[in-house]
Amino acid sequence: MALKHATPMLDELEKGPWPSFVSDVKRMAAKGNKMCEDWLGLMELSFKEKEGHWKHGGIVGVFGYGGGVIGRYCDRPDLFPNVAHFHTMRVNQPCSKYYSTGILRKLCDLWEAHGSGLTNMHGSTGDIVLLGTTTDHLEPLFYELTHEFKMDLGGSGSNLRTPEGCLGMSRCEWSCINTQDIIYDLTQEYQDALHRPMFPYKFKFKSSGCPMDCVASIARSDCSIIGTWRDAIRIDQEAVKAYVGGELVPHAGADGPRKDFDIKAEVIDLCPTKCMEYDGKTLKIHTSDCVRCMHCIRVLPRALRPGLDRGATILVGAKAPILEGAQLGSVVIPFIKMESPYTEFKGFVEKMWDWWMEEGKNRERIGETIQRLTLREFLKVVELEPDPRMVNTPRFNPYIFYDPAAVPGGWEHDAAAFRQRHQA
Amino acid sequence: MAFDPNNLMKDRITDIGPPKYDMYFPPVIKENFGKWKYHEILEPGVLKHVSESGAEIYSVRVGSARLISVDYIREVCDVADKYCGGHLRWTTRNNIEFLVSDKSKLQPLMTDLRGRGSWFPIGGTGNSITNIVHTQGWAHCHTPAIDASGVVKAVMDELFEYFGSHKLPAQIRIALACCLNMCGAVHCSDIAILGVHRKPPFVENDRVQNVCEIPLVIAACPTAAIKPKKVGEAKSVEINNSRCMFCGNCYTMCPALPLADGEGDGIALWVGGKVSNVKSAPMFSKLAVPFIPNEPPRWPTTVQTIKKIVEAYADGARRYERVGEWINRIGWERFFEKTGLQFTHEHIDDYRLAMTTWRTTTQFKF
Repeated sequence: MALKHATPMLDELEKGPWPSFVSDVKRMAAKGNKMCEDWLGLMELSFKEKEGHWKHGGIVGVFGYGGGVIGRYCDRPDLFPNVAHFHTMRVNQPCSKYYSTGILRKLCDLWEAHGSGLTNMHGSTGDIVLLGTTTDHLEPLFYELTHEFKMDLGGSGSNLRTPEGCLGMSRCEWSCINTQDIIYDLTQEYQDALHRPMFPYKFKFKSSGCPMDCVASIARSDCSIIGTWRDAIRIDQEAVKAYVGGELVPHAGADGPRKDFDIKAEVIDLCPTKCMEYDGKTLKIHTSDCVRCMHCIRVLPRALRPGLDRGATILVGAKAPILEGAQLGSVVIPFIKMESPYTEFKGFVEKMWDWWMEEGKNRERIGETIQRLTLREFLKVVELEPDPRMVNTPRFNPYIFYDPAAVPGGWEHDAAAFRQRHQA
Repeated sequence: MAFDPNNLMKDRITDIGPPKYDMYFPPVIKENFGKWKYHEILEPGVLKHVSESGAEIYSVRVGSARLISVDYIREVCDVADKYCGGHLRWTTRNNIEFLVSDKSKLQPLMTDLRGRGSWFPIGGTGNSITNIVHTQGWAHCHTPAIDASGVVKAVMDELFEYFGSHKLPAQIRIALACCLNMCGAVHCSDIAILGVHRKPPFVENDRVQNVCEIPLVIAACPTAAIKPKKVGEAKSVEINNSRCMFCGNCYTMCPALPLADGEGDGIALWVGGKVSNVKSAPMFSKLAVPFIPNEPPRWPTTVQTIKKIVEAYADGARRYERVGEWINRIGWERFFEKTGLQFTHEHIDDYRLAMTTWRTTTQFKF
């Protein structure tokens, strides 16, 4: 069946070895999906003009919630009436995205009945993204999701966005915390903040089980929870010898099947704090100098394992450039035990939110609020003591604020007494 | 109970959150949760995890376009039903992992995947170029300067040999964002593709006061280029074009300030970011190429420039060295020399903390 719109430019993207989104959508259009057909036509027009064709904004949703749906309208409904409305629904994914085919097939059927049949698996924040439906389908979709699937919408707007974690203990030997349980627990605990925007701007949680940070929490979440340990790396000396002797493949095979492993060049000399020694028989790690970067563990996964006194480092303030420049998360809690029900951590979160909700300016990420009002003020409100682990370096300007209460005599001056000692 | 369009609040269920994370675990994952001992990459795209109990699970990772249809997902389900007891997952970079508990099904699965045309390329593990984290582009967003899916497809086609192999010094993470909002991972990737504008917005004076909150528009500008202005009877805004660097944030706040422009818009390339703490601390990506024109449908200049960067890195970096670590070792002057990229005024920072990026030492290479 010939499609409604010719797509000579998009057709070029059916070539090549990488899976083609064009072929995929065309397959949908060819079986009579009119939204897919018009979506292809609209994309072709954008390719031709090198400009997008979606109108600005769009406020739609479901009753009871202030977010979860991204409204979108085509700016050429005259040419592409079937994508005149093309809203996105964010559906909260199970943490780290394990599915059964049963639930996925059901979801596909639901989405084909109510929308375009196109998805993003997944949105960058983690949600299942159902791409393209009309306003009248939103409520029925939501009803079925909650009643038949026991699934809920994700976040959008100035609220808690959908939290996400790395796959953690489910399939990784390095995870120092149960990232999936932490993320599930926080998502459930703060459902109100997720569905009903109440913040100055968006706020994201992400959790990685170790400092490899597979969910990029240090770059992509306002509050980053990264697993770590405080005791010694566990060493299996026999396995170290097996790596040195070439019986085990270094880096778990990530460099391919190689036989030329050099423990000095590849591990000892690359340790950022040079806290390792190997005398040909025994590998020694000076724990007090180790910064837990994971390099030796990832190169020798069968010989080295994280310690057993485990918890998390909490970093705050990561964001993309708009408005004041990009920020990575900064350490505010060097170590915290993370065990269900995470009471101490939630206490921290709520103190942080109370302050930011009161002090944060309109559309100001918490990282920017901290920049504007200082890390010192932030630490005060969340009741944390300063720690050298919170800085890369102490300040190198001398513009230091003091509280008058901390200075003997305070800030009140006796001008007459001063002038008795010093003539003007 | 059925949906009643005339009584929307009836039987409404809210605040139930996502399904619990372990609801769809394969039995082996459930039984060995938190007990994993080690893993191996058997070949590109194939992982084996071994538990303290001796139990094993195999994961076969395949590339995916992220923008996928329900029919594609159904085909993925067919495969998972046949070889994986109906179990699968997605990764944080939008690859798909088929989870195999029965080792005898591993080879048949891979043979099957290879027989399905280009839908399920196996790879993305170890020192590879894995999937490109990307955004909506012209597919669904209103503020993009470039497309996302099209550029990603063009780049992955060209770099495909690196997806299913382990021949790089370390993994290369490529990300794409279609505007400066940088949804996703562009600010912290080894190589990043960013949509940029080069022309200030135009002001639709007759629409501003009807569709925009003017104070929000003014506050949205990082360089304070916007001020209020009365045009006849209408309240509007004025943009100081010489202070505008085309970020588009005012358009995000105000529909009456469009700035998309077919000829003005294009791609900037960034390099040297990372998020992991391995060896070196996390790093931001830095500007490598300020502007490449949009060239749909295959963006040849962008694709070839990225390839040039990848090849210079693969040639010059040491084992375990990420792109940013390689550049820090050899110096930026060498980076521009080895990649053949031109260094221009646009590379020199001029925003707020700019001076922290200038060279304050006599140490440099000729």
